[in-house]
Amino acid sequence: MRQCDVIVVGAGPAGMAAAATAADAGLQVALLDEQPRAGGQIYRDVDRVAALRGGILGKDYTEGRALTAAIRRDGIEHLDGAVVWAIEDGFCVSYTRAGQAAQVSAPKVILATGALERPMPLPGWTLPGVMTAGAGQILLKQSGLLARRAVLVGTGPLLYLIAAQMVRAGTPPVALVETQTRADLMRANRHLGGALRGWPYLAKGLAMLAELMRARVPRYTGATTIAIAGDGRAEAVTFRSGGKPRTVACDTVFLHHGVVPNTQAARSVGVPHRWDAAQHCFNPVVDAWGGTAVAGVFLAGDGAGIGGAKVAETAGRIAALKVAEELGRLSADERDRRAAPLNRLRSRQTAIRPFLDAAYPPFAEALAPADATLVCRCEEVTAGEIRGYAKLGCIGPNQTKAFGRAGMGPCQGRYCGLTVTALLAEATGQTPDQTGYYRIRPPLKPVTLGELAAMDDGARDAAE
Amino acid sequence: MKTASPFLELEAAPARATVWFDGEPLDLPQGANLAAALLAAGVAVFRHTPASGAPRGPFCLMGACFDCLVEIDGVVRQACMLEVEDGLRVTRPHEAEDSGAPV
Ligand code: FES
Repeated sequence: MRQCDVIVVGAGPAGMAAAATAADAGLQVALLDEQPRAGGQIYRDVDRVAALRGGILGKDYTEGRALTAAIRRDGIEHLDGAVVWAIEDGFCVSYTRAGQAAQVSAPKVILATGALERPMPLPGWTLPGVMTAGAGQILLKQSGLLARRAVLVGTGPLLYLIAAQMVRAGTPPVALVETQTRADLMRANRHLGGALRGWPYLAKGLAMLAELMRARVPRYTGATTIAIAGDGRAEAVTFRSGGKPRTVACDTVFLHHGVVPNTQAARSVGVPHRWDAAQHCFNPVVDAWGGTAVAGVFLAGDGAGIGGAKVAETAGRIAALKVAEELGRLSADERDRRAAPLNRLRSRQTAIRPFLDAAYPPFAEALAPADATLVCRCEEVTAGEIRGYAKLGCIGPNQTKAFGRAGMGPCQGRYCGLTVTALLAEATGQTPDQTGYYRIRPPLKPVTLGELAAMDDGARDAAE
Repeated sequence: MKTASPFLELEAAPARATVWFDGEPLDLPQGANLAAALLAAGVAVFRHTPASGAPRGPFCLMGACFDCLVEIDGVVRQACMLEVEDGLRVTRPHEAEDSGAPV
């Protein structure tokens, strides 16, 4: 099995920064990422795409090239197209690449697995044509695809970014159906003091809103009773706004009400997680370095708690400094000297969060969906069925599996786990922490027998 | 089946490839993301759910939701994690079981 000093999982901003900083300190790094090219979702395919449509995507995207350039160096083996499916003690990471399973080992692991869209279960959200806003971004970034008639539904700065990019590309969205209310904004203003330290961010947000106004993109705010209608595919969004029922015809719907840490890998190695009431999600418990209760496992970036690309990059560097010190390549003094400016930078970069969390809260109807709404997309389990399980005595997500197939499909709960926890907590009166989350076990992603055939026995055992 | 594409391509890729989707030839950009290329070609329904037969198409495009599952050479795979190759034969997954012959 191949050996190195540190394995970094995920080549987004946190993973790329961690790999580069670790290599700078003289460590041998294996950087594993599922995509064929580095960048993560935020800088997806940036090396190829920046020249093609950097103007539409903006500087915040194209500057990802600094990070992709920094990982092309000695000391970093970038295993692109590598799907990690098991992380075991010691550490041995199993992955599939080019149709073959393989393993790499190292005494330290930095998990930089990024974010997932917060599940947004609404009536009709499983219809073809309904996608996450992140998917809309990926289509534009990687493939240069724009939806001709799209409605953006939900809340948060990402919706404005996508809408502004669509305007720049000449195909503005049909409408924005926004769930936040004026009251949310008033509440958020209490955090403005902190947000002003994040002023460049705020200014960008205002500029995007101005772009939408100039393009006369209709915005409906405080939307409720949102549903997607269509016969076999998305055809319209129906909702109430301003006291009136409304219908907006479309053929693509992009959903977004925030992103949440992708915790699958961290959970699979036993990192404890805690409910974050402000962000309405579970966050892994990490120290200031990204260290966890599992010795040798570090987390960086959105996977450790949502902060965005810039925070992720900084956190990646900080985690790598700690790893380098633990492996004897940096003295504790040198580690601290290099980390000090990064910690100051991170505190500036995170100053905007409390404002954003308050101004764009998740959509209540999607946090506690109506009984008939599908919650588990894979196995088609409704919110009402989950509530029914609670009545029969089900108190936690793992027990739902005794009642039905929620969370047992191929996505392994990635798009239903938080909803199931919330529904059970609501029904039992327990906290989300008491209710818990699905137990995540390898394989984290399906691995086929053909892919396994090339592996040694130890690795095959891990998959079983 | 295939409808007029709800997506606009910003630039036409010069190199093309023929991909068969459920027996129908499609002209797709060589090397493009397979799920994106199928969407652009007007394919909306990638599979039907094993539980109810409901139609599904790509949802996340980042390998997390498994709603883009298709069948290639008898193996069920995520279209959003694949690239367009000339001669690729893609079908909607045939069996009720759709998790890619896992272990
Ligand atoms: S679209 Fe979600 S896994 Fe492919």
